[in-house]
Amino acid sequence: MAYVAIADRDHEEHLHDPQTFITKYIWSQDHKVIAIQYSLIAIFVGVVALVLSGMMRLQLAFPDSFDFIVPADYYQFITMHGMIMVIYLLTALFLGGFGNYLIPLMVGSRDMVFPFMNMLSVWVYLLSVIILLASFFVTGGPTGAGWTLYPPQAILEGTPGATNSGTSWGILLMLVSLAVFIVAFTMGGLNYVTTVLQARCNGMTLMRMPLSVWGIFIATILGLLAFPALLVSAIMMALDSLIGTSFFMPAILEAGEQTEYGGGSPVLFQHLFWFFGHPEVYIVALPAFGLVSDILACHARKNIFGYRQMVWAIVAIGGLSFIVWAHHMYVSGMNPYFGFFFATTTLIIAVPTAIKVYNWILTLYQGNIHLRVPMLFCIGFIFTFIHGGLTGLFLGNVVVDLPLSDTYFVVGHFHMVMGVSPVLVVFAAIYHWYPKISGKMYNETLGKWHFWLTFLGTYSIYLPMHYLGILGLPRRYYSYGDTAFIPDSAQSMNVGITYAALIVAVVQILFFINMFWSTFKGKKSEPNPWGATTLEWQTEKHPPEHGNWGDSLPVVYRWAYDYSVPGEDRDFIPQNEPAAGHAEGFDPENPHDGPHHA
Amino acid sequence: MSIFKTLSEKSWATPRSVSEINPRDISEGLAAKTGLKFFIGVLSSMFFLFCVGYKMRMELSDWVPLQDPNLLWFNTAILVLSSIAMQLAKNAAMAGKIKKVRLYLTAAGGLTIGFLIGQITVWQELLDAGLYQLSSAPLAFFILLTGLHGLHLTGGLFVWARSVYKAWLGMEIERFKLTIELCTTYWHYLMLVWFVFFALLLAT
Repeated sequence: MAYVAIADRDHEEHLHDPQTFITKYIWSQDHKVIAIQYSLIAIFVGVVALVLSGMMRLQLAFPDSFDFIVPADYYQFITMHGMIMVIYLLTALFLGGFGNYLIPLMVGSRDMVFPFMNMLSVWVYLLSVIILLASFFVTGGPTGAGWTLYPPQAILEGTPGATNSGTSWGILLMLVSLAVFIVAFTMGGLNYVTTVLQARCNGMTLMRMPLSVWGIFIATILGLLAFPALLVSAIMMALDSLIGTSFFMPAILEAGEQTEYGGGSPVLFQHLFWFFGHPEVYIVALPAFGLVSDILACHARKNIFGYRQMVWAIVAIGGLSFIVWAHHMYVSGMNPYFGFFFATTTLIIAVPTAIKVYNWILTLYQGNIHLRVPMLFCIGFIFTFIHGGLTGLFLGNVVVDLPLSDTYFVVGHFHMVMGVSPVLVVFAAIYHWYPKISGKMYNETLGKWHFWLTFLGTYSIYLPMHYLGILGLPRRYYSYGDTAFIPDSAQSMNVGITYAALIVAVVQILFFINMFWSTFKGKKSEPNPWGATTLEWQTEKHPPEHGNWGDSLPVVYRWAYDYSVPGEDRDFIPQNEPAAGHAEGFDPENPHDGPHHA
Repeated sequence: MSIFKTLSEKSWATPRSVSEINPRDISEGLAAKTGLKFFIGVLSSMFFLFCVGYKMRMELSDWVPLQDPNLLWFNTAILVLSSIAMQLAKNAAMAGKIKKVRLYLTAAGGLTIGFLIGQITVWQELLDAGLYQLSSAPLAFFILLTGLHGLHLTGGLFVWARSVYKAWLGMEIERFKLTIELCTTYWHYLMLVWFVFFALLLAT
């Protein structure tokens, strides 16, 4: 295997520039191409999930109006929407997409350390998506067990896609797809962490890394340790389903008859699932935290406030995320002392999270704020994240969670904190790095329309859901019928939410038009249009070519946040610019023979 | 602790003179070794969670402990020997002794294959005894744990096969020394995992 990542151009034999269309764009080992492949697949499957949510909203607003949405469909839409959005869109996009594109460029390496494995990762990911989507076309359709796939209902007759109901394949395809995804993620994840640890250029100490890299790095470690829990539960559930083991299945009646199962523990599945499921929240959130930090600092022309705190907070959140999982299981019943423990750890994790929010706001304070599209999306994120975070404090407490857990309050909360918030960051990051990726500028006006309609639209969707939840409106229901405690106004609100959801969904077309049109017709961008300090904007070629850095790797002399440094002519100093008096730079071959010593 | 020292660096104030930038110590094997460490982390997480699942499941009322087959002791001895052989192969590779590398490397792989055959024999014995159904939780867990352990050893054998092929082909040791080093770490790790599984089975 060629160690392209850390080779200088002198070592020509280590470089293998792709020559043909196939090796350049299809079986590519270039991290930038792989990043785009990952992103395109993730966005495609995300659009599928978006359409599913639109269908759910139509059903909720206008029950009994659509013949093509029967209860089984509704539960299949819920399940596939949730799983796709969390795993196949957000995880893949943040780590496979942004992780792949940004890590080597930001730490100053030529590529990932294991490029072949990186290429395999994206193709195995595609395979997992194909398996998942195949479940739409098999008998019985995809599983309708909910994205948490809780047994026993996930594999018992009556649940759409359950194995026991004749020849249905839904749940099995879901489990196989997840297992394949985890293999793909592991191959990519090993690359990301190893590249960060072993392929940084000279001068790039860990604490000089941009926060984007820190966020992706720690999120990847979380993923590497947490995804095995999902794999373990998927394997055991597949065996319960296929050969009748009883890992999770208790003695139970199915359609009035005693099943062959007995003795298993559904709660064991829940523990395993949420041991993965909660870190998963931070697998999505930590990269978002990092990206926001870098974009905010750049467009506010100010160094990030409290860089070390930000790094420590990322590490602390990562560690704490492994000891809060059971707050998802309060309603399953548990020893009150456990409940107390998990409520306490949940509240503790709010401390480093709050530090990050304060630091973002203090970064903006007295900054030279440029309200460009990426910045707007970042500021929007701060709003939605504070909102979603605060409602999380409610739900972290056992006594408050119990009455709210099965209501729309939870739907509003988690969509705000890990749906809308990361998606706003995704848009911010795409707009911010679009000039680097494509070499073109996007249309600013269209981008602003996209932001305002998306931001206000999503608020119109999820803010009212909190009121519905406090009213007691249960989630997961296909339709509410004549239910005494649900007033007519709740239905009116549901209709309003649906209109907002459909508008937000349609508005995303503006984004696609902007990206597509700008790629071909957009104005050519400067190599560093935002005046950013980080290495990816300092590449020799724009957009960067295979190998990223021309003949020799960059050398880093400073941290990533030298914006508006007093006494300097420009309001930014790139990381690879030597300090004054050392203009000759650094010779890696003779590290102690620089001008300082001369 | 260097990690605390690293994380407390004041990067905005650290010296920026060129003379104080230390060149990074990059050797070819470092990335592969780091990658393997993280992979072992992933596997540890998975095996640990299986053990937790095993422990939680066995506390439920229908659990009947397995009778531990004596063959497992024999299998364990073979696995230990394969790990020792792998270590000797690594030592020989470091010393540049190709004949010993061939001998120990081949022995390590052969013993590993012997271990896998032994494990399959245990499965057969347990199923033939008729005391347990395949779907019963203790047997299913046993087969699952030993099966996954064996699967990972089989994966290791693919990498081993490349080294043994190169060794017998007469390639320079330098060209596959790193692979032997990585295999040795992996073999030792999977031996430890087996010790934990075996102890868990004996204790229950």
